[in-house]
Amino acid sequence: MDLRARSHPTYLAFVVHRVSGLLLALFLPVHFWVLGTAIQGEARLDGFLRWTDNPMAKAAETLLVVLLAAHLAGGLRVLALEFLGWRARQKDMVAASAGIALLVGLVFLLNVV
Amino acid sequence: MAEVASLKVSVWRGGEQGHFARFDVPARENQTVLDVVTHIQRELDPSLAYRFACRVGMCGSCAMTVNGRARWTCRTHVRKVVDADGALELRPLANLPVIRDLAADLAPFFDKWSRAHGTFQPKDARDGAVPDDFAVVPPASKQRREADAGIECIGCAVCYASCDVVAWNGDYLGPAALNRAWTLVNDVRDGGRGERLDAVAGDAGCHSCHSTQSCTERCPKNLDPSAAIAGLKRVLFWDTLLGRR
Repeated sequence: MDLRARSHPTYLAFVVHRVSGLLLALFLPVHFWVLGTAIQGEARLDGFLRWTDNPMAKAAETLLVVLLAAHLAGGLRVLALEFLGWRARQKDMVAASAGIALLVGLVFLLNVV
Repeated sequence: MAEVASLKVSVWRGGEQGHFARFDVPARENQTVLDVVTHIQRELDPSLAYRFACRVGMCGSCAMTVNGRARWTCRTHVRKVVDADGALELRPLANLPVIRDLAADLAPFFDKWSRAHGTFQPKDARDGAVPDDFAVVPPASKQRREADAGIECIGCAVCYASCDVVAWNGDYLGPAALNRAWTLVNDVRDGGRGERLDAVAGDAGCHSCHSTQSCTERCPKNLDPSAAIAGLKRVLFWDTLLGRR
């Protein structure tokens, strides 16, 4: 693949949207598995939640929040393009979507650390 | 660009399978990529195949892949695209069959304009008769402005060669054909709206677009095919939801 033809902001936004969607889809089974542990008893769920207090899990959680925010903001950008016909300032909208995603991640980080 | 005495030009030779041939071309103060190709063909290797006609950005026939990006070569200054060491890499347009060297076969590209119903169908004269009077289309009307936005397409296929969806799905109509369809959907004199929307609604039509906007990014005429495709999606969505088609 020749990246020279694809090095522009809206292509990068497309890749981020796709990859974040795929990673979130991969996360979903884990999410349901954790919820499933609650059915098997409070102690097991609490045990798992205590394990997630370790810094690595918190970092992964923050990344997950950023992915979720990026996917949401990117999706809203595409919806605005397709349903509202917002054709102007697409690159600014990509930058705003990225900014929102990082801001949400930062707010999450400030709350959990 | 740093001042270099000569350009190191790698030119694709052959068909789908081929190789790069290396030429040294004198660097000039004002020089387009098409000037470089013409110099090679006239002075260094007359067997080089390429295509051009108007040389002023009107005919859309000289597009090639220049240093990895599709561009109209007659209006691309070398100094804007060349590497610091004077290297230029020229290939035929991507996503199209290669006839030979730098000449790509645009037949599939224009076939898709036909499949997208890219021909004006007069509402008042389906049998080809000349209407009694001129159609009045107010320049400030919304539909006229939408049609104006895409009307200047010169059919150079730069958008088509830059589109990943074309590469992934060989049947995809592509940005230029869909841009043309959107222009005609907004033409109040046109009577082929229903058939045209059917033609662009399938798997190979507008819904396949992922909005990477490479077409808009690369269009040498600064058109916005991505927005045209979004317009088609929007019209199809509402027409289908409200039972208008």
